[in-house]
Amino acid sequence: MQIESTKKGQKTFRIAIDTKEKSSEAVNIEKKLLGLGYNVSIDVSRIYTLDYDFSSEEIQMIANSLYNPVIEFSRVNTPFNKKFDFALELGFLPGVTDNVANTTTEIINDLLKIDIGLSKVFSSKTVYITGNLKKLTYEDVEKLAKELINVLIERYHIKTYDEYVKNNGMEFIVPKVHLTAKPKVIEVNLNVSDEELIEIGKKGILDPDTLERRGPLALDIEYLTAIKDYFKKEGRNPNDIEIEAIAQTWSEHCKHTIFASEIDEDVKEGIFKKYIRNATNEIRKELGERDFCISVFSDNSGGIIFDENWMVTDKAETHNSPSALDPFGGAITGIVGVNRDTMGFGLGALPIANKYGFCVGRPEDRNIVYRGKNKSNPALLPKKILEGVVHGVNVGGNHSGIPTPTGFVYFDDSYKGKPLVFVGTIGLIPRKLPNGALSHEKQAQKGDNIVVIGGRVGKDGIHGATFSSEAMDEGSPATAVQIGDPITQKKASDAIIKEARDLGLYNSITDNGAGGISCSVAEMAKECGGFVVELEKVPLKYPGLEPWEIWISESQERITLSVPDEKLNEFMELMKIRGVESVVIGKFNETDRAVVKYNNKTIMDLDMEFLHEGLPKKKLHTIPYLYNKEEPEINIINHLEIFEKILGNHNNCSFEYISKQYDHEVQNNSVVKPLQGIGRVNGTASVIKPVLTSKKGLVMSQSLYPRLSEINCYDMAACAIDTAIRNCVAVGGNINHLAIMDNFCWCSSDEPERLFQLKETARACYDYAKIYLTPFISGKDSMFNDFKGFDENNNPIKISALPTLMISALSVIDDVENTNTMEFKLVGDSIYIIGKTYDECGGSEFYHAFSKLGSKSPKVDAKYARKLYERIYELSNNKILSSCASVTLGGILITLSKMAIAGKLGAVIDSAVIPNESLSLEKILYSETQSRFIVTVAPENEKEFEKLMEEFEIQKIGKVTEKDFVVKHKNEIIINTSLERMEEVYKKRFKDF
Amino acid sequence: MVPKVLIMSGYGINCEAETAHAFQLAGAKTDIVHINDLIAGKKKMKDYEIIMFPGGFSYGDDTGSGNAFANKIKNNLFEDLKEFIDSGKLILGICNGFQVMTNLGLFKIPDKNYGDRISALQSNLNNRYECRWVHIKENNSICIFTKGIDVLHVPIAHGEGRFYCDIETFEKLKENNQIVFTYCNESGDFANLEYPLNPNGALYDIAGICDETGRIFGLMPHPERALYSTNEPEFHLKREIAKRNGEMLSKFIECNMQIFKNAVNYFKK
Repeated sequence: MQIESTKKGQKTFRIAIDTKEKSSEAVNIEKKLLGLGYNVSIDVSRIYTLDYDFSSEEIQMIANSLYNPVIEFSRVNTPFNKKFDFALELGFLPGVTDNVANTTTEIINDLLKIDIGLSKVFSSKTVYITGNLKKLTYEDVEKLAKELINVLIERYHIKTYDEYVKNNGMEFIVPKVHLTAKPKVIEVNLNVSDEELIEIGKKGILDPDTLERRGPLALDIEYLTAIKDYFKKEGRNPNDIEIEAIAQTWSEHCKHTIFASEIDEDVKEGIFKKYIRNATNEIRKELGERDFCISVFSDNSGGIIFDENWMVTDKAETHNSPSALDPFGGAITGIVGVNRDTMGFGLGALPIANKYGFCVGRPEDRNIVYRGKNKSNPALLPKKILEGVVHGVNVGGNHSGIPTPTGFVYFDDSYKGKPLVFVGTIGLIPRKLPNGALSHEKQAQKGDNIVVIGGRVGKDGIHGATFSSEAMDEGSPATAVQIGDPITQKKASDAIIKEARDLGLYNSITDNGAGGISCSVAEMAKECGGFVVELEKVPLKYPGLEPWEIWISESQERITLSVPDEKLNEFMELMKIRGVESVVIGKFNETDRAVVKYNNKTIMDLDMEFLHEGLPKKKLHTIPYLYNKEEPEINIINHLEIFEKILGNHNNCSFEYISKQYDHEVQNNSVVKPLQGIGRVNGTASVIKPVLTSKKGLVMSQSLYPRLSEINCYDMAACAIDTAIRNCVAVGGNINHLAIMDNFCWCSSDEPERLFQLKETARACYDYAKIYLTPFISGKDSMFNDFKGFDENNNPIKISALPTLMISALSVIDDVENTNTMEFKLVGDSIYIIGKTYDECGGSEFYHAFSKLGSKSPKVDAKYARKLYERIYELSNNKILSSCASVTLGGILITLSKMAIAGKLGAVIDSAVIPNESLSLEKILYSETQSRFIVTVAPENEKEFEKLMEEFEIQKIGKVTEKDFVVKHKNEIIINTSLERMEEVYKKRFKDF
Repeated sequence: MVPKVLIMSGYGINCEAETAHAFQLAGAKTDIVHINDLIAGKKKMKDYEIIMFPGGFSYGDDTGSGNAFANKIKNNLFEDLKEFIDSGKLILGICNGFQVMTNLGLFKIPDKNYGDRISALQSNLNNRYECRWVHIKENNSICIFTKGIDVLHVPIAHGEGRFYCDIETFEKLKENNQIVFTYCNESGDFANLEYPLNPNGALYDIAGICDETGRIFGLMPHPERALYSTNEPEFHLKREIAKRNGEMLSKFIECNMQIFKNAVNYFKK
């Protein structure tokens, strides 16, 4: 919708804020466009479009409150007065969360002491472009626009200078959502042919008015038959909302059907119960009094003991599909979503650390793949995906005031079609609340009010991230993707965790994630037995939503609580004064029925038991996967050249540019930071001190070995588990107080070969967790990380992400002073390797540098490793090590070089003495054998160190020197390079990111 | 007397707990107060000796960092705040708090009034949020909070920290010794706009300023995040050196704590 700006007495205003000098935003757009080959000059105005009848005094007051006169000035309904070639307006599509507009609305309401209501303010910006060397064409500007925005959620408008002058500026655009259809409830007849049932399951319920289907339910014929049978018993046809609600509750996402189903003859109880939950149960039993678990698998996060007063929680999620479509929105909703999993743990935990992990394609890859035929619907390039997800976690974490002490990026071409975006949050909660209640126990009581607080409901996230570009034009909302609003969530979080929780104002709490309130209310109702919701009470972003949409929308920043009558007034009053919108939408009861009413009419009435347990059991089968069997033979001629290639490759080089844009100092808990040493090298584990008055610490690490999935999934899982634990141990972690989490990201999980890999991975999870005595406390799976589309030449392609298991480890330690960092500390210290090196280069960074995979995967001897890790914790507590590094990707040589770069100190290494199994020099240097450390020890501590390590294989391999990194083999110097050169190689790849 | 500190909170401020902890370690009493409780009159500024604007992301930096929160104070609490200033008490702002105070116009120079904006904190030169440790040097200012302080090692964490003012204002700030901290190297030499010593491109390397009385002080870096020795990025190296010299590292970084102690001691006359 467009409104002309020339009429007097209009009710639409356009406030533009310009900077007196060129803003750094403009300078950075110039830089970005120069990188794309456009030498242009840029100016930027911030635009506020107001669709409200203000007086001229009022509009001036508003304009004055939107800028700082020292550096900026404002214009109201007045065009830009400089000369340029093109003006490019960038704004959101209708219905997309506009945080700046929301803040501006609050500013106006507070300034004028009025309430202008929703959707009256819209933010955008105008970019004025002038070609420096040659005049730009309209097509050029259109291309630039698409580089600067994501057309899925944002709009652009272009005017030449002449048009701009003639029209007196840009048009006034009010991107409001207009929904014309009258809300209705459709009765669905399931007594139809199997073909029609299949169609309903795949494409959705048919809307009789538009004759369009509403989008996938992901219900197959067996499920739909079960639903049909159920309603036969109820003696009526189901309503649309009932089928949609069942589809949400039964979805793979919510019920984890693949992990729950019987698989082959030997896993009757399903993968989750047999391999994951059983491991934890058996470990807890074995630990007996030393068991440190408090709440596992039953809540939004897992909870373990921190000390006698505090519990810590952990949870990791993925947000892969949304991030493929809108990387920024996908990542920000991912991180603020997992924050809510912390707030929704027990009666509410405080988020104290965020973690991230991005698996993406190589950013240099410029080959576009398409979702549609004939080059239609192009997927985003890896670089744009990386930029977006990095920025999403930046805004989500930083704005929420939660530190991000650890994370990783992993590059592989298999992630090109669909990235994996891991987001995790650690929480802190007192074990007992002021009223004496145990904080991890919660129960909605019959008669409690169902209260939803936080954001409003829109068409966001209907059917998860099913994407339809046709639906995204002016006037219709963007349903496919969502943008987070961290400040709305922060307000809710503060009001709950810092006030309402300790006042005991509610009986239960849970997060709204997948399935929205349909899932959160139904889940909580399990605690008491049933519910009645009055759907018209749910606050909406804009009118006109269908009842079923309100029920399942995944709009962000919402929390559901169970508030007893006698606390209701106090609760609602507190939320009001904290600026948190909250409404009562119904009551919990013990009727065993899930009832939803809309304007007094019952539109859903389901048996609770059927809703939660009615889904038919499935049986899955596996067929052995054909692993890679080829082992290459590689002889290195120029060692320095290959060393630099591996050090500088994607998965070994510095990603400081990400670490430093994530606040890791807020909350004042940082000890071992994401970048270690004065040389600032990315570490593999971090340490925080979560309670300001206590010396106790939390150690965290994440690990994955996706390339081993093509060689041996059992070993892949073993390596991920060993590495996550070992990384923690290296910085001072305690294996006797360490919990782990699993995040499975699989591909093509309907193929028996892929299920075979899955089962093998889970089997290793059980075996290794059991020996290490490290319980799984939470986990998550994402089963279909495949991209199906076409290449440039219209050939169909499928890109499947490597089966990926990401393991997170979290350890509690007694004293953060007894931790280690990797950097070389002082000249003259002795360098030791702990652990023997084997012929295990399969899936290594070394082979990858030669485009090989290999077949010999690292094997993990967990019994040996467990003993070793206990001993390293002892050494850490005795402060015997001056530095300690876990040997990870790239092997011994890469680890040593990073220790040198981090400490800005050199080393002389004798590679011939490195304990190994008669390996070639190449393999000694680069094999990725597990359970190894490199440490440095002060000369005066050597004796004690060697004595304490008597029963383990250790070897002194060199000394720390002032400068230069020298590796000798027998009498030959194979590498001799300067620290400056190494640092350059390590840091150059992402220098300009 | 033991001063009471009003620690402002709400709308995305997020450093209130560690800032309260810092003041407690320095010997003050603290009260974390939601701005809406001040507006509703449930709490009153005049009951406190120090007002603290902590770091955070008030209103998500929308419409410019600190702007919306400053508007909220201007519209509802400015008279109370002026009264507080006139009664000779102290105000401190860190990071987002400094941004709020900048937009409130609290850094009065001669010939200007409280409420006049004299400076701005613009987007960092690289237009990106950045978290890193920096050195800052005290410029022999009149600031109450920084007596006895020379060079500090503290983290910054912001996207909009590039100090700007016009040349006349700069001359006045300088003449009156209102420039409190400038970014520098480890030895205290000016950063001379060089990245990363000057992490955001701040004019004249300015990291913090005070008003003409020295009682109102704001800075971009976060001393409250640098109170324990274990917070420092070089903790492990320093621990190792101390150990070999037969020494122990002290638990606190005393010079960073001094900012809060000076504020407390101001009321112990």
